Amino acid sequence: MRLYSALLHLFPAGFRNEYAGEMKAVFARKQRDAGGLLTVWLWIETLCDILWNAALVHLDVLKQDLRYTVRSLGRSPGFAATAVAVAAVGIGATTAAFAMLDHVILKPLPFADQDRLIELFEDHSAVSHTGQEWDLAPANYRDWKRMNTSFEAMASYRNESVNMLGEGEPLRLVGSAISWDMLPMLGVKPIVGRWFTESEDQAGAAGTAVLSYALWQNRFGGEANVVGRKILLDNEAFTVIGVMPKDFYFPTRVPQIWTPQRFAPSDYVDRNDNYIYGLGKLKPGVSLATARAEMRTIAAQLAHEYPKELAHTSATLKSLRDDIGLQTRLMIEALLGAAACVLLVASMNLANLLLARALERGRELAVRTAIGAGRERIIRQMLTESLVLSLTGGVLGIALAAAALPLMVKLVPVSLPIAEIPPVDVRFLLFALGITTLTGVGFGLVPALRACRAAAADNLREGARSGGGRRETLRSALVLAEIAGSVVLLVCCALLTRALGRVETIDPGFRTAGVLTARMMLPMPKYENVAARDRFYRDVLTKTAALPGVESAAFTSFLPMTNLGGVWPVIIPGQAAQDRSSLRNASLRFVSPGFFRTLGVPLLSGRDVEASDSPTSQFVAVVSDSFVKYYWPNQDPLGRTFNFGNHDRIVVGVAGDVRVRGLERLSEPQVYLPYTQHHDQVAMFYAPKDLAIRASGNLTNLVPALRQIVHEADPAQPISDIRTLADIVDAETLPRRVQAIALASFAFIAFLLAAIGIHGLLSFGVTSRIREIAVRIALGASPRNLAGTILGEAARLAIVGVAIGCLLAYAAAMQMRALLAGVTPNDWFSYSAAGALCLLMAVAGSLIPAVRAIRVDPAIAIRTE
Amino acid sequence: MQPESLLPLPSATFHILMAVSNEDRHGYAIIQDVAELTSNAVKLSAGTLYRSIQRMLEQDLLIETESPDPESDDERRRYYRITPFGRKVAQAEAARLSQMVKLAQRSGFAAKA
Repeated sequence: MRLYSALLHLFPAGFRNEYAGEMKAVFARKQRDAGGLLTVWLWIETLCDILWNAALVHLDVLKQDLRYTVRSLGRSPGFAATAVAVAAVGIGATTAAFAMLDHVILKPLPFADQDRLIELFEDHSAVSHTGQEWDLAPANYRDWKRMNTSFEAMASYRNESVNMLGEGEPLRLVGSAISWDMLPMLGVKPIVGRWFTESEDQAGAAGTAVLSYALWQNRFGGEANVVGRKILLDNEAFTVIGVMPKDFYFPTRVPQIWTPQRFAPSDYVDRNDNYIYGLGKLKPGVSLATARAEMRTIAAQLAHEYPKELAHTSATLKSLRDDIGLQTRLMIEALLGAAACVLLVASMNLANLLLARALERGRELAVRTAIGAGRERIIRQMLTESLVLSLTGGVLGIALAAAALPLMVKLVPVSLPIAEIPPVDVRFLLFALGITTLTGVGFGLVPALRACRAAAADNLREGARSGGGRRETLRSALVLAEIAGSVVLLVCCALLTRALGRVETIDPGFRTAGVLTARMMLPMPKYENVAARDRFYRDVLTKTAALPGVESAAFTSFLPMTNLGGVWPVIIPGQAAQDRSSLRNASLRFVSPGFFRTLGVPLLSGRDVEASDSPTSQFVAVVSDSFVKYYWPNQDPLGRTFNFGNHDRIVVGVAGDVRVRGLERLSEPQVYLPYTQHHDQVAMFYAPKDLAIRASGNLTNLVPALRQIVHEADPAQPISDIRTLADIVDAETLPRRVQAIALASFAFIAFLLAAIGIHGLLSFGVTSRIREIAVRIALGASPRNLAGTILGEAARLAIVGVAIGCLLAYAAAMQMRALLAGVTPNDWFSYSAAGALCLLMAVAGSLIPAVRAIRVDPAIAIRTE
Repeated sequence: MQPESLLPLPSATFHILMAVSNEDRHGYAIIQDVAELTSNAVKLSAGTLYRSIQRMLEQDLLIETESPDPESDDERRRYYRITPFGRKVAQAEAARLSQMVKLAQRSGFAAKA
């Protein structure tokens, strides 16, 4: 019977109180009538009965509560709309931020056994501060693959852009040359046709290509018979053999076409020619640390075998999933933290709204209690109400989040093999549901409990004072939390905006305004000789310079911030032993005359490269200021020689430093060489391809003419990446800006909610104490006195809230120090601005209640109460 | 409220109304009576019984009464009595059911009485 009583607890308390005794009596009778084996059957039957009927009774109660909730919310639509909107904002912000975090950081990559996929790099950090993750030389990769026992598979790829002919206009495609064994390792299959076979990996094999889904759709109309189609990639014949699925991205988000990586024996000669990337799949049970140790041992063995080339080459291993920069990670984590803050403030606000409502309804609740509604019934009813509000808000919030995600795409790094926009998937919806329920229960429970206690006794008394006492303390605490939360957001927002400002004012080393840029990827072997390139450059540059408004134009290997590599070791005669450990790298750019003028890089001394610098004349170089400071401090560099790019060069000019690797990164010193002194068929990677045009007026007006000029120079040559130099620099700070805007909107919302919270609390206080105020006025209290009391209350709340908020903000700022670009976490300006804003808000929020209190007419107030 | 608005009645509700049609009964007696009237075809469980009773009380089909003879019972019991409204509802449901049977007879699905 005790067990039976325990089971009865599955019923709602109201039902149990009413019928438990009866049901026990029935059960006792049944037990008496049954006996022996029948008892077992009786228990089974009883268990099913209780489970089923308890669920139905709960459902009945729920239906009743829902009906009641809809009726009561319908009576106060303003309250309902406010509560739903507040919940929607909080839930929407948090869900969007979570979707971002999940997409970029948490969710497994869409590859088989993705947690075992490991990126392999050569580690040159012994000789270069940017050398931790270098690409691999094919020979080293081949040996790593052959010698290791940690990996069950290893494959390689390199980035390769190609010009495609044969389907409409010439088109520049971002592509990747991939070894045939990559796809089986990733566990993905083409949706049309097939992937490469081993034989297609060899030098001399017929060209085959696999298309991305987007390229297939956009350029080939999504036709099923695309397999077998002939295309020209960089003037070489390729056959389309397959199409990859829509959501396949590799190695980054951008590739549109994949070709087999074909190696000739000569590719395995130079062990310092690093241009491929390795990816391996660990054997099951092998840890990353074990594999790392093994690969380092292998690198050491190779260094022993090839001391001249590999003396300072080790290995770096990194999980593919973890290939996210610290900044990106922090930015997204900060976003989620901020969103959680908004949700917290929103919940406090909702709790406060509900509490106020519960207190207003105190008498109604008291009546219900008096006619026998149990405490459990009332709590349950109020929770139903808060859950209805939060669920409605949640649905709206999901819509908000889904709409906001496309606005935040710039926070998803291009370097990850994932979609640009986080998908709205099951994880997203589950999270939203969880957070919605939590919110509903969170902001509903406290008011429900409190309302119950309030309903207990004196509310039936005519004219009872509602509010006041402990309840007001609770409400003040909630408002305090709202203020603190918004201070945290305001401070973080201020810090990050100041950091953004600081990054934006970093001098890139060139003048960004008034420069149009475009890329012309010259295909090889068509342009492998300098004479052919020279014809093309001269043709384009001469005609471009003649366009109206154009001041100057020039070609370069890579514009600043568009290619982070392209470095070469510098050898200074007589300065050090010819050991690689003493070599430092410098970035290498071939340029055409006028490059410095076009980009606005100051020429500090000497001269620019000139048309007269020919393959037969003295090899010359313009070096950057930091190059001079490093190699020839306090000496005149002009006329000095150094060995660079397999040739001795004489310094003819010194230019200002340029932030080649980006605004926030360290860059190597720079060396500029005349494109005319570039050996045929050597280092084609560095062949100038980026055109910069400095012009006055609207830059986009130049584009049609530029297309015409390039078409005349070479009808098969596509132009890509047409954008201004300012766009390139802006792209550096775009993720920061997106994050700052998101945070600012979060801070604004929280601030608004806190303002509403303060205002609500104080107005309610005035309303509920109207008789007290009336008496005070009757006894001669001055308006100033009354207003002072209310303003004082607001100020007290604000000061305590700001103090708590500042402490929390400091803790948050310490966490994201790496994002602050040198702005210190205790930056006083940010804190005082946020604090002042909150104080102002508190005073503004208390003005209307204060005025209302002053205007209380004692005679009327005392009579109506 | 119109009696028809509650139709069709859940079968447990209908059986309970039948069981209390002539005299006030307590829970266990209702279970026994229903079983007897249906030759053991319908055996109400305690949960179903009291869930139905709760709803029937709310719908004003039943009222609770005191035990007719408090001395005779070993436990305190609640007795239930059918209300006039309960009778109307039972009649309406019976009429509905007989209408259905007539329909079935006309279509050949049931033997004619």
